[in-house]
Amino acid sequence: MQKSIRKYWPLFVLPTMAAFLIGFIIPFCYGIFLSFCKFTTVTDWKWVGFQNYTKIFFVAGKLDTTSLHSLWYTTLFTVVTMAIINVAAFAIAMALTKGIRGTNFFRTCFFLPNLIGGIVLSYIWLMIFNSILSNYSMTIVSTQWTAFWGLVAVVCWQQIGYMMIIYVAGIQNVSADLIEAAKIDGANNRQLLTNIILPSLRPTITVCTFLTLTNGFKLFDQNLALTGGNPGKQSELLALNIYNTMYGKTGWQGVGQAKAVIFFILVAIISLIQNKVSRSGEVEQ
Amino acid sequence: MAAKKVTKAEAQVSTVRRSKHSGVLSVVMLILSLLWIYPLFVVLLNSFKRKAYIFKNPFGLSKTPISKGFAQWKAGISKTFVGWLNYANAIKKTDFFHTFGYSLFITVVSVALIILCCSMTAWFIVRVKDFGSNLIYVLCMFSMIVPFQMVMFTLSKLANMLKLSNPVGICIVYLGFGAGLAVFMFTGFVKSIPLEIEEAAMIDGCTPIQTYFQVIVPIMKPTLITVAILDAMWIWNDYLLPALVLNVNKYKTIPIAVQYLKQSHGQVDWGAMMAVLVLAIVPIVIFYIFCQKYIIEGVMAGAVKG
Repeated sequence: MQKSIRKYWPLFVLPTMAAFLIGFIIPFCYGIFLSFCKFTTVTDWKWVGFQNYTKIFFVAGKLDTTSLHSLWYTTLFTVVTMAIINVAAFAIAMALTKGIRGTNFFRTCFFLPNLIGGIVLSYIWLMIFNSILSNYSMTIVSTQWTAFWGLVAVVCWQQIGYMMIIYVAGIQNVSADLIEAAKIDGANNRQLLTNIILPSLRPTITVCTFLTLTNGFKLFDQNLALTGGNPGKQSELLALNIYNTMYGKTGWQGVGQAKAVIFFILVAIISLIQNKVSRSGEVEQ
Repeated sequence: MAAKKVTKAEAQVSTVRRSKHSGVLSVVMLILSLLWIYPLFVVLLNSFKRKAYIFKNPFGLSKTPISKGFAQWKAGISKTFVGWLNYANAIKKTDFFHTFGYSLFITVVSVALIILCCSMTAWFIVRVKDFGSNLIYVLCMFSMIVPFQMVMFTLSKLANMLKLSNPVGICIVYLGFGAGLAVFMFTGFVKSIPLEIEEAAMIDGCTPIQTYFQVIVPIMKPTLITVAILDAMWIWNDYLLPALVLNVNKYKTIPIAVQYLKQSHGQVDWGAMMAVLVLAIVPIVIFYIFCQKYIIEGVMAGAVKG
């Protein structure tokens, strides 16, 4: 059978792989190559070695802290959103698995913002934030902290519903026998939560934690539309920082590409850790 | 069996807890969920208001409180209310019907291409075990962890060179960039299909193409829907990829049109912005109401595997 299928490879594999080559493999390899070059378009490149990478941190011999600021701002943002989204999503999921009246309606409402894209969401909130803040003669980009909490609010509003759905699925899969046994042994609600439900949810918690982690790290649309990196460049998350380096100043495309490579390595490390954590969870079970 | 367990668990939890707090909890959740979607109503409300009044009093129609008498309140409203003016402006400024058409076309064609081509590839690489298949699988896994920023510059330039900067060409780009996740998810499912079914079909004289379309596709239907929904959500809302790949002077998708409404005027025309936000949200809500079951199941399935 394998033989007869193999003959059909031009139909089954070729279209996908041709597109994959254009959409991923060539841009990826060429991107790595270009991070070592000075260029303005893809054809006029000149090899410069690691110069782009040093330029990320040192400009004209002086330490440039913009990228480092962006890195810690992104890290802080990611940690804060990760914590808020997971706690809130879990709490709502618990409430929606108790069989209360209106569960479906509530689920529909909480999930809805997730279907609306980052750009559209951001303008909804930009209007709301700015009209509230105008009472204090401020805007969302008055300080890097108004921008920070604005971004946090938008991202939480968007993602809590999504994570809630995943938690609901997880909670519904907690073994009913286990809950029953715990109840017969006289466990109260609190004990049920900490000793039965949370440990059984470990795989779900891993998935949601890492999803929010990578989402926060890679956030772009909301950052662009809500704050645009203002004030100054102080609310620039990494993805926007890369974009602005690459398209904002001519002659800096190589530096932007070098930043993108480092960004890729950071994201890859997070994914590898995730893989390891979820594998170790499987072994325990 | 699994389904039975779930319902049993739900029943268990609900019978114990329902008695005590369920009424209170229901009310709390009702308030919370209405507050949750309240921003959408604020946008709807403001889309009918004169620009100048949007920031003065975003949460109400009239600044004059109703306690001052109905006539004054009504006069306050008629001062702020502009009818469909914002919508007319928005449609003109964003060329909304074309924009919507491009968004719809790109999303539908890309998703169709992804689920058709990637499921075929997935079936092939599971059934034909050789070096090439393994390589494809590993590359697809790898592409899932690469952020778009890594390839955005080279990808957009390559797409320009290959004349893919139009609504048809971008579908090929989406197929390429979306192939990783789709092939990965389909392979996971194909591995669970017993080989005997296909062998029986082949012995009965089906060619691999017939086997695929008449035997495999029906079995794979739930996964096809899952991937279709995840990818449709991604492509419909995607901003950066089309903004870089498409020739934005000629073709805009909805997110691009919204973002450009700000840039092209420096200052934002908030009246038109509110209207275009409503126009962007309404189709999503309608789609959501009709396909809710599939969307939520798709998200659940996608999270477990992804």
